[in-house]
Amino acid sequence: MNNKRAIELKIIANRIRKNALTAVYSAASGHPGGSLSIADVLSVLYFEEMRIDPKKPNDPNRDRFVLSKGHCAPALYGVLAERGFFPTEDCATFRKTGSYLQGHPDMKGVPGVDMSTGSLGQGICAANGMALAGKIDGKDYRVYTILGDGELEEGQVWEAAMYAPHYKLDNLTAFVDYNGLQIDGDISKVMSPLPIDKKFEAFNWNVICVDAHDMIQLYDAIQEAKAVKGKPTVIILKSVKGKGVSFMENNASWHGSAPNEEQYRQAISELDAQIEELEVQLNG
Amino acid sequence: MGKMATREAYGLALAEFGNTYDFVVLDADLSKSTKTDTFKKKFPDRFFNTGIAEANMMSTAAGIATCGKTVFASSFAMFAAGRAFEQIRNSICYPKLNVKIGATHAGISVGEDGATHQCLEDLALMRSIPNMTVINPADATESILAIEAALNLDGPVYLRFGRLAVPDLFDRASYHFELGKGVLLKDGADVTIIATGLMVPQALEAEKMLAAQGISARVINIHTIKPIDRAIIKKAAEETGAVVTAEEHNIIGGLGSAVAEVLCEECPVPMRRVGTQDVFGQSGKPAELLELYGLTAENIAKQASDVIKMKK
Repeated sequence: MNNKRAIELKIIANRIRKNALTAVYSAASGHPGGSLSIADVLSVLYFEEMRIDPKKPNDPNRDRFVLSKGHCAPALYGVLAERGFFPTEDCATFRKTGSYLQGHPDMKGVPGVDMSTGSLGQGICAANGMALAGKIDGKDYRVYTILGDGELEEGQVWEAAMYAPHYKLDNLTAFVDYNGLQIDGDISKVMSPLPIDKKFEAFNWNVICVDAHDMIQLYDAIQEAKAVKGKPTVIILKSVKGKGVSFMENNASWHGSAPNEEQYRQAISELDAQIEELEVQLNG
Repeated sequence: MGKMATREAYGLALAEFGNTYDFVVLDADLSKSTKTDTFKKKFPDRFFNTGIAEANMMSTAAGIATCGKTVFASSFAMFAAGRAFEQIRNSICYPKLNVKIGATHAGISVGEDGATHQCLEDLALMRSIPNMTVINPADATESILAIEAALNLDGPVYLRFGRLAVPDLFDRASYHFELGKGVLLKDGADVTIIATGLMVPQALEAEKMLAAQGISARVINIHTIKPIDRAIIKKAAEETGAVVTAEEHNIIGGLGSAVAEVLCEECPVPMRRVGTQDVFGQSGKPAELLELYGLTAENIAKQASDVIKMKK
């Protein structure tokens, strides 16, 4: 990937962040911190990598994406809207009574959502199932899933971690959003899942560690994962919770609380400034 | 009359329908007991062991089902409905996926393994989840036909099977199985016995005992716990004025509760619930345990003659 494309994807990531914040602000509830930390990888997946078509959200040959850390639905809705699965304005209906944009992703209600998630630990298992189905049917689609680092505390994750290499699910790439914070604070203080890389290595995964906010590193890691045969790959994303909004960065209190109007306006103006700067880089 | 455990019929049905239906089978290291190994031997490429990891099995089944495949996920009732309840609720039922849960070793008739393995709460758990269909077959034939019905239904199904060999009640060539419909096995006027699973033959036995006392009992077999056949229950209440339910399950939340809900809303009549009385089981021979916990024809007959006295 060249620098120009990386900058374009950065701009898109910031639009995803804006959509996510608009959703959480409109709902006056939701999970901004972990949504902002995965915006970059979602941008690369949905705008560069995944074989998807917003006009055919149920195409049996499409690549699949499962948001195992389902509480970061605002980011998923943000990218799906940006990619054209539904109108961007709908993000403002998030979590409102009667809206199809539920607090956690509902595959039956939202075009582009491949699995209903929200109860932590279950998404990666469903992703395993999709990858296995692809193997059974001889299809060449790939399956992607994003786990939270706190989510690794769920025992079911390790059942899945044992399963995917056992069935040689090399069509599966999992990401761990390693931002180091969960609701109750620092992951190493609440219940340390560290070391994450060594655990997955011990479970026979191919492990790659990248900077979650470096588009070229993300893209290259995804390509490397595709080339590895006989085992699944986990890409550990060293990320910043709340990335892109100064007062939300590295602050666990933004895990699950919504900004007030002033905070929302400041966040949007910060993201707009970043987009403007990136556009200058792109054109200059 | 022959005998066969409903879990045995489950294995045979999977192997049979595997020829005509495209589905895969998952098991959590119990394939020899759940009898899914019968399918595994015939269709090794469509069988996947998840190891002793029921939570993963249910969510994986959901993922496979999103790709258009029907999946059977099997374990003991305790670990399917019990341990993996939340995975069944959130990963399978919420998105209404085509996962059929083959839960064997339900009830006290598990026997020697004791309370930890005697699931007496699964009907209560499973019927409380939206989108879930719950079936508790009484014999081998009903099991096979229930599995076929589950294959033809779009959505999750909980199929409850037992470890113990039970009498063959129905003939496959002539038995008509309809999902959600109770089966009138014996007409009667004084009281209705509504039974499910291995309590159905006990109910038929109780009917004979009651007849000897001059009491005319109607016997209804309810294989589909949810959606329950409201019409047949209402009609029975109207025509006989008293009801006894019989199930190999806690009296809280299972068939007895489901019938009570219908009676309260449609036609309140006196009723009694035969089942385990909100207690855990224990180790022992199945027949001795069934006796000990009152899951017998004698107890059904006793409850029936008692409930008749409450009629106005």
